[in-house]
Amino acid sequence: MSSQIARLFAVVVVLFALLLFFTSRWTVFDASSLNNNPLNVRTLIDELHIKRGRILAADGTVLAKSVPAADDTWSRTYPLGRLVAQPVGYSIAAKGEAAGLEESASSDLRGIQTGLTSIFGQLSPRPVGDDVYTTLDIKAQRAAQQALGGQDGSVVALDPSTGAIKVMYANPSYDNNNPPNKGSATDSTFNRVTQGSYAPGSTFKIVTATAAIDSGMYTPNSVINGKSPITVSGVPLSNDGDKSWGPQTLTTAMTYSINTIFAQVAEHVGRPTMTEYMKRFGFYSKPPLDYPSNELNVSQPWNSSTGKPFPPGSPDEDIGRIGIGEGGLLVTPLQMAMVASAVADGGQLMTPHLVDRVVNTDGQTVSSVTPTVESQVMKSSTASEVTQMMEKVVEEGTGTAVQLGGISVAGKTGTAQIGPAGSNLTQPAFVAFAPANHPKIAIAVMVDQSNGGFGGTVAAPIAKAVLQVLLADGS
Amino acid sequence: MRARNRELMGLIPASLLVTAGFAGVFIQRSNALSNVSLTYGAIFLGLCVVAHVFIRITLPYADPYMFPLVAVLASFGLVMIYRIDATQAREQAQWFVIGLILFVATIVVFRDYRRLERYRYTIVVVSLGMLILPRLPGIGEQANGAYLAIHVPGLGAFQPAEFAKIGLVIFLASYLRDTRQLLVSGTRRFLGITIPPIKHFGPMLVIWGIAMLIMIVLRDIGSSLMFYGGLLAVLYVATGRISFVVIGLFAFALGAWYLGTHISHVHARVEDWLHPFDPRLYHALLGSYQSANAIFAQAAGGLFGQGFGQAALTIPGGGPLLPAPQTDMIYAVITDELGLFGSAALLCTYLLFVARGFKAAVMARDSFSTLLAVGLSAMFALQVFVIVGGVTRVIPLTGVTLPFISYGGSSVVANLVLVALLLLVSDRARRPA
Repeated sequence: MSSQIARLFAVVVVLFALLLFFTSRWTVFDASSLNNNPLNVRTLIDELHIKRGRILAADGTVLAKSVPAADDTWSRTYPLGRLVAQPVGYSIAAKGEAAGLEESASSDLRGIQTGLTSIFGQLSPRPVGDDVYTTLDIKAQRAAQQALGGQDGSVVALDPSTGAIKVMYANPSYDNNNPPNKGSATDSTFNRVTQGSYAPGSTFKIVTATAAIDSGMYTPNSVINGKSPITVSGVPLSNDGDKSWGPQTLTTAMTYSINTIFAQVAEHVGRPTMTEYMKRFGFYSKPPLDYPSNELNVSQPWNSSTGKPFPPGSPDEDIGRIGIGEGGLLVTPLQMAMVASAVADGGQLMTPHLVDRVVNTDGQTVSSVTPTVESQVMKSSTASEVTQMMEKVVEEGTGTAVQLGGISVAGKTGTAQIGPAGSNLTQPAFVAFAPANHPKIAIAVMVDQSNGGFGGTVAAPIAKAVLQVLLADGS
Repeated sequence: MRARNRELMGLIPASLLVTAGFAGVFIQRSNALSNVSLTYGAIFLGLCVVAHVFIRITLPYADPYMFPLVAVLASFGLVMIYRIDATQAREQAQWFVIGLILFVATIVVFRDYRRLERYRYTIVVVSLGMLILPRLPGIGEQANGAYLAIHVPGLGAFQPAEFAKIGLVIFLASYLRDTRQLLVSGTRRFLGITIPPIKHFGPMLVIWGIAMLIMIVLRDIGSSLMFYGGLLAVLYVATGRISFVVIGLFAFALGAWYLGTHISHVHARVEDWLHPFDPRLYHALLGSYQSANAIFAQAAGGLFGQGFGQAALTIPGGGPLLPAPQTDMIYAVITDELGLFGSAALLCTYLLFVARGFKAAVMARDSFSTLLAVGLSAMFALQVFVIVGGVTRVIPLTGVTLPFISYGGSSVVANLVLVALLLLVSDRARRPA
């Protein structure tokens, strides 16, 4: 009977091999698809057990931290709440929901938990993530909140030489300790700084002036006739108050924001060149910010009859009106801050970023963001010429409200007409950088709606309040 | 080295394992090594040494590896259950003590185990009666649609099938010792296969009937497969006829298919097995939630596992993530925490034990002893296959225990009796003539 027993044992070996094969199938071969199966809630539960790292401001102020919750889990609290809700975002591990830096910096905040480290998992306590230091300046953030008052609008400021975002604040904000349901009617997690659709108005003349001068077609002293009205794309266009300025230099046209001159310049520079410079500034693509992609919107002209964006350089777009920030052009405040930043940094656009460095629990810096050049938008000579033109705006033009006394500011106002024809509603904007000779801060302020207010009267004072704090900080 | 000294040495890894395991769980729990872990290890080692001394006195020639392998499995099981529920681990340890008492009693009472043959009809009637017990009103208990346990006042749940499997093997081994020569005589050949006369299919018809009875009465495919496979193994070794196996498996498949499509609970289990990730079945009451999460738990383990105490078993603030982690699902928890390597080591340990069982069968000098050892070893191997196969989706999931590891008194006690019988066979086989 022993040969039968040997055969029987062979059958048992085969059966056990089958068990081992199936175990390998689940643990190794199919593991990643099983771990990502929507029915599998293990990943979410694992997240609850991880003590995510803190999010901190540049000065070490805690913006987000983990606190112990029931059953060995952790939950997140945000000590400053609404003040930094937009850049910080929120994370609700149990629902698998996250926004802002909580989402985009999640891999650092939760730490790397690979299969190999888990061999030693039983020797170490529960996993702890790394701390993320941001570039945010809390004092300036607070100044932006106060300066905006109750108005809906956005303030974004960055360091043009590094791309470090110092201020990112928008009204209305939300309490990220108790975020509204995603996609619900009361969802106010919408971040106007990166997602808002503002008509840039005359602030866009910085882009038009850059294209005109850098392409070699104009100089700041080129003279153009500023009569009003003129016909642009078959439709009459007039200056503010229908004022006819007569022949003026490009610098004067910038100082007093003469629409008819800039429309002619944009048309003469032409669609392909204008589109090329817009692309260099970052229009037509999502800003390269370390922030969730679904919370970043593209700045571009929109076709009002189809409700879709124009393809870049489309022959259907009204390039003359786009040149003065109209013609369906809709931008995010972040994009306009990037425009100011590129001019301020000698024509070089630095990649904007919110994260400064990642520090582990031992206090060692795991990684830090090194400033990188996103694109060379213009020659440095063009940049200094555009800077001089923008300085004039603040010295004697539409932006005198932002004068800081002793520190020269280069800026450009914008006052887009919104609402039905004949209504008094405006969208005031101000884009600037300071000090003009050695820029430390580039800023964009956009207010959603004003009853007859101008960029120079509504938005410029907000920019001034924030600039004062940031420049006093010596940052 | 003498056999008994080899056995004593074999107990060292088991006690190291239990001590290291408890220490691991303690470190995980409180970041501090408690001397309780050493106490647990010491008590466990003490029990094993007592059992060893007893074997040394009563069965000096018995296989030296069987008992240490059992000790390794039992100690590992205790650590796993302790990690899931400390109270149940203490109960399991008490069952282990009771099991050892029955182990000793079996060896003392059936020193000459061949006396069991005299009671074979009593044994088969009692065993079949036990199988039906869970369906009797008042004491039967239903779990997830299957009837595998009865409720004993004061003792809790009791799974009679664990004992019935031993009884049926004893009966079949005894019956075939008398008739196996008869079963192979008078054969004809048809299409190259040796076909015994129709009347000789009688014993096979009986075990097929038992398997079908289990499927109908207990509503459990896994138990049915375990019994049928174990008894068929005995029949095959007794007769050496592959035709019995081929026809037997075909008959089982046919019966399983018919009952699988006609008994709603069995059918539901097959559906859960085929489509565990179908959201409709996943969210259904008693649906595929458990099967699917067994697979998810294994995926979470990967090659090396997450470490002792790291597997998620409950949803924070909610219900169970992996229902029945200490019984049906313990293999999934082991894979989750120790990974593919841990599971492979466990399966190898079982395979080694089964190999020692078959070795005893080969060395036995009379056919009753051989068939008894074959049947017990095959039944044991199939029990592992059925529950691990259910958890890993090789076959539909059933409520059989993982021997010596799953929480459950009847399982530990019955399997220790099984080991006692194997040691008795082995001692007689290796005794110098």
